[in-house]
Amino acid sequence: MTKLTPVLSAHWDEKDSFTIEGYKRHGGYTAAAKALKMEPDAIIQLVKDSGLRGRGGAGFPTGMKWGFIPQGDNKDHYLVVNADESEPGTCKDMPLLLANPHVLIEGIIIGSYAIRAKYAFIYIRGEVTHVVRRVQQAIEDAYKAGHLGKNIFGSGVDLELVLHVGAGAYICGEETALLDSLEGFRGQPRLRPPFPAIAGLYARPTVVNNVESIASVPSIINNGAEWFQAMGTEKSKGMTLYSLSGHVANPGQFEAPLGITLRELLELAGGIRKGHQLKFWTPGGSSTPLFTAEHLDTPLDYEGVSAAGSMLGTKALQIFDETTCIVRAVLRWTEFYKHESCGKCTPCREGTWWLVQILKDLESGKGTEADLDKLLDLCSNIMGRSFCALADGAASPIVSSLKYFRSEYMEHLHNGGCPLDPQASTLFEKAGV
Amino acid sequence: MAFLDKEQQVMDSIIARYPRKRSAIMPLLHFAQSVDGFVTNEAIELIAKKLELETAEVSAVSTFYTQYKRKPVGEYHVGVCTNTLCAVMGGDAIFAGLKEHLGLENDGVTADGQVSLEHIECNAACDYAPVVMANWEFYDNQTVQSAKDLVDSMRAGNPKPPTRGPNELHNWKETSAVLAGLNDGHANEGVQAGDASLLGLKISKKGAQG
Repeated sequence: MTKLTPVLSAHWDEKDSFTIEGYKRHGGYTAAAKALKMEPDAIIQLVKDSGLRGRGGAGFPTGMKWGFIPQGDNKDHYLVVNADESEPGTCKDMPLLLANPHVLIEGIIIGSYAIRAKYAFIYIRGEVTHVVRRVQQAIEDAYKAGHLGKNIFGSGVDLELVLHVGAGAYICGEETALLDSLEGFRGQPRLRPPFPAIAGLYARPTVVNNVESIASVPSIINNGAEWFQAMGTEKSKGMTLYSLSGHVANPGQFEAPLGITLRELLELAGGIRKGHQLKFWTPGGSSTPLFTAEHLDTPLDYEGVSAAGSMLGTKALQIFDETTCIVRAVLRWTEFYKHESCGKCTPCREGTWWLVQILKDLESGKGTEADLDKLLDLCSNIMGRSFCALADGAASPIVSSLKYFRSEYMEHLHNGGCPLDPQASTLFEKAGV
Repeated sequence: MAFLDKEQQVMDSIIARYPRKRSAIMPLLHFAQSVDGFVTNEAIELIAKKLELETAEVSAVSTFYTQYKRKPVGEYHVGVCTNTLCAVMGGDAIFAGLKEHLGLENDGVTADGQVSLEHIECNAACDYAPVVMANWEFYDNQTVQSAKDLVDSMRAGNPKPPTRGPNELHNWKETSAVLAGLNDGHANEGVQAGDASLLGLKISKKGAQG
């Protein structure tokens, strides 16, 4: 028996899983119909009781986030779904939406009703044309079925849902930058407080939730909080999508209870590619400090990963074997953060620029040992000194790689360049095709 | 090119989606690219007028986001992921191979206007690395040779279809219309999921039977 628990992915193997017919064949939209007969506060309580925590990286309890929305304030409320999935290594929400966009729409109906929002948005990244098509079609089909629009499910409740397509800016996955972008501005993070629950979209109370968080809600309504709580660990409840990529025999998506380990996941993925060994990995995208083989048995839940010095993040497990140069990997991530820094905060805008220059020198063997300490010094001046977590993310791979692989940085200095052959790390190392 | 009346009507319908009209700026910029292929000065002036903004405010937004182009791209815009994971697994070799094969640098366009080339960041398909995107459709598990074959098929006017996408690759302007939120009717084409997306589910079902 495997430890896998496919719920969100349970019917992805059916050819029409993305259609409204395919979704309804397995009870689709029954949770929304049920929820609309409940008191909104009872839904918030149920989601709180389930223990569902945000699947977009931070792990904040979803029900609590909903509970922060002031009620009876005579203001418009908004639910905004963050489908801007762009964190390097993260590849769970896009396949979810490609295979089953309706589960997100059903979750949006329930969540909007709970927080008393009559307008909801899906902010999706712009570089995924076919996923955009699928979600757009699903919204139109849900309107036709009377699940969106006026008097949905004959309940007297109205809900408008708009798909908003981004245009290639990683920073818009940060919730306040996302809101600025949705309002029609450059996507730059806002200073908090006020938090979006008080002053979010158009300065109105707003919940921003990740795709997977909202998509988990229909199953909780239908099966109950206890069913959800029965999966996972003490403080990290439920099932979630783990994405394995890189130098593994069989990369892919694995839906399992929170707390599974990389060792267990690697067994399912057929291990590290043949003839090679694990060198380093990210537990939740490039912004989470690197792990090595010594973390194979770390429980992949919020607490377990945090106790081991990293973050669960998006559960994007990028696996690299011994052919991968750590300096090259870290430099490339750092170039990404430099490119994606929105430019609002000086430490991030200027700091990432300097980090790239130093790492480039180190990779080509032109650096000095003092540069390693300079990197750490720069990181400590960048971390925690900007409005959002992009800057912290930029420092993560640098600081953690220097902790585990300082000697490999030194080898570049002694060797006058990279000691490894980049060709050996490719999937077509021999034939070149 | 001037925006025709019917195009302006589409723009007005895009604005009507939102509680506040400034929110329409991004889909309007995508729509402008579907008309002209890139964001022209004329488009910026028209969007500013419709949203009651200064042209500088629209320019500021259009230059912040990398998908908005201020000069023409190819009929087929090819992006090679060179973020760490794809780069290591072959993305760097693919990008170098395509640059040489097409005689282009980053952001270049072939003389026949068919293909433009750009290195891109993580496109949320890491379990299919190395990944190439064309008009933001997925071309999974690429090699140097398969990527060269792909751009050759584009230049021959008969592009290979995406691996997880519609039955055929649509051109840049058609794609931009989809990103503006206009349904092109191709949502039901293509696979519901690729093999890597289904791996855990398959193992789980096998375990339940065994």
